[in-house]
Amino acid sequence: MAVDLFERPTRQRSGQGQQPPRGPMKRERRWRVTERLEDRGRPSRSLVVALVLACLSLITLDSTAGDDSPVEPVRRAVGEVLGPVEVGAAAVVRPFVAVPSWFRTHADLRGEIGDLEAENARLRTEVNTADYDRNRLKEYDGLTASAEDLGYSLVPARVVGLGPAQSFSSTVTIDAGSQSGLRPDMTVLNNDGLVGRVVRVTRTTATVLLIVDADSVVGGRVGSSMELGSVEGRGQLGSTGRLDLELIDSSDVPKRDDAVVTWGSEGGAPYVAGVPIGRVTAVYSSLRETAQRAVVEPYVDFAALDLVGVVVPSGTASDRAVIEADGSVR
Amino acid sequence: MNPGRAAVALAAVVVALVLQVTVFSHVSWAGVVPNLVLLVVVATGLVRGAQAAMVLGFVAGVLLDLAPPADHVAGRWALALVVVGYVAGRVRQDVRPTAGSVVATVAACSFVGTSVFALTGVLLQDPALGVGEVLQVIAIGVFLDVLLTPFVLPVVMGTFRRLEPVRATA
Repeated sequence: MAVDLFERPTRQRSGQGQQPPRGPMKRERRWRVTERLEDRGRPSRSLVVALVLACLSLITLDSTAGDDSPVEPVRRAVGEVLGPVEVGAAAVVRPFVAVPSWFRTHADLRGEIGDLEAENARLRTEVNTADYDRNRLKEYDGLTASAEDLGYSLVPARVVGLGPAQSFSSTVTIDAGSQSGLRPDMTVLNNDGLVGRVVRVTRTTATVLLIVDADSVVGGRVGSSMELGSVEGRGQLGSTGRLDLELIDSSDVPKRDDAVVTWGSEGGAPYVAGVPIGRVTAVYSSLRETAQRAVVEPYVDFAALDLVGVVVPSGTASDRAVIEADGSVR
Repeated sequence: MNPGRAAVALAAVVVALVLQVTVFSHVSWAGVVPNLVLLVVVATGLVRGAQAAMVLGFVAGVLLDLAPPADHVAGRWALALVVVGYVAGRVRQDVRPTAGSVVATVAACSFVGTSVFALTGVLLQDPALGVGEVLQVIAIGVFLDVLLTPFVLPVVMGTFRRLEPVRATA
């Protein structure tokens, strides 16, 4: 153990020199060491209390105030600063993420082709059997479209940050914000289906709550029977992530592989109607609960999210190209 | 803690936070990523003691609570990392920590940190999750944090020691 010998004279001057002559040096050293130990090992009680109280008051402040919480502006300010940093870091990392996919074996690729062919066949059967429902759906769509102008446009965005599962909430950051025309409570989707909704925007980024989050509830509709229900997340990401569909009418039993689409909210916020959510994989009913509970496998692979689109009203001013309802890019 | 050291510690936390959210999300296991911010707080505790680690833990936790894409009640990670700072700082300070003791400290702190966060979630009913899922996340988190320890802790601890040469001899 090394002891700082240069400071000793100061210590002696400050009254510590009046000790028995038996080994004052030794005693001196021990004293210095124990002081340092206490100084480093144990934090002052007032600091502990202050920090814990600060945490608790922050939690109370944020959890009781709800949406108009005073923490919200701070959250936004932190987002304004760290959002662009995350966007930059993600841009640097993106080229390297693709590297593992270059080293794929022949057997691996062959296996994937097999899987895709099987899926193709399954989808073809699905399309064939779903013809009747589709026609009916088309009629309804026509009705609603004529009733109100449902011209949706998409703002493309990329996922730049994924919230860790240690936080037990499934949220991502996307690289489009209020500059691109985004506002809270907008629908986010990708090629495969519904991704989630925007909960918070900064100038250049937005936070998206995924539908697999345990707090997420989406109004859903079973495609084949038009039955309504609510789709809730389970808080699990990855290939095992599932959703729970609870139908309002307990007498109706959804079939396996039935498609579930969004029911849609008034004014298209937070969810527009008709976006595919997932397919039914199992149905449970219990005597205790009055409703049927179906397990829905989401179409979207949430572990590999990259390009998403945010549904904005047609004609939204944006700093980037907007995909219009008719497929043209503006 | 002088302003220079505080700035370096804060920079380390911000770098850890950005890496954790953007880079490590690509190598996550069931959504769980190594908690780099927690590792920085543990390193501070091992080098500088509980007091500095708790303050840094609070600041880092608030950042983790507020930076996008966080959407939970603010203050939960702050509380968890203050506890982590306390635990890491209470490890015996009179001897230079060995590799084994560093790994053990990281494992303990990772377990404690994620557990405290989960417990506050249970109290606030923030996300209603089952105990099994929570335990699985905690276990994977501990494993990943320990896995990253040899790559992160020596660098961070070395940097902190260089900034504080007197205590480096202890």
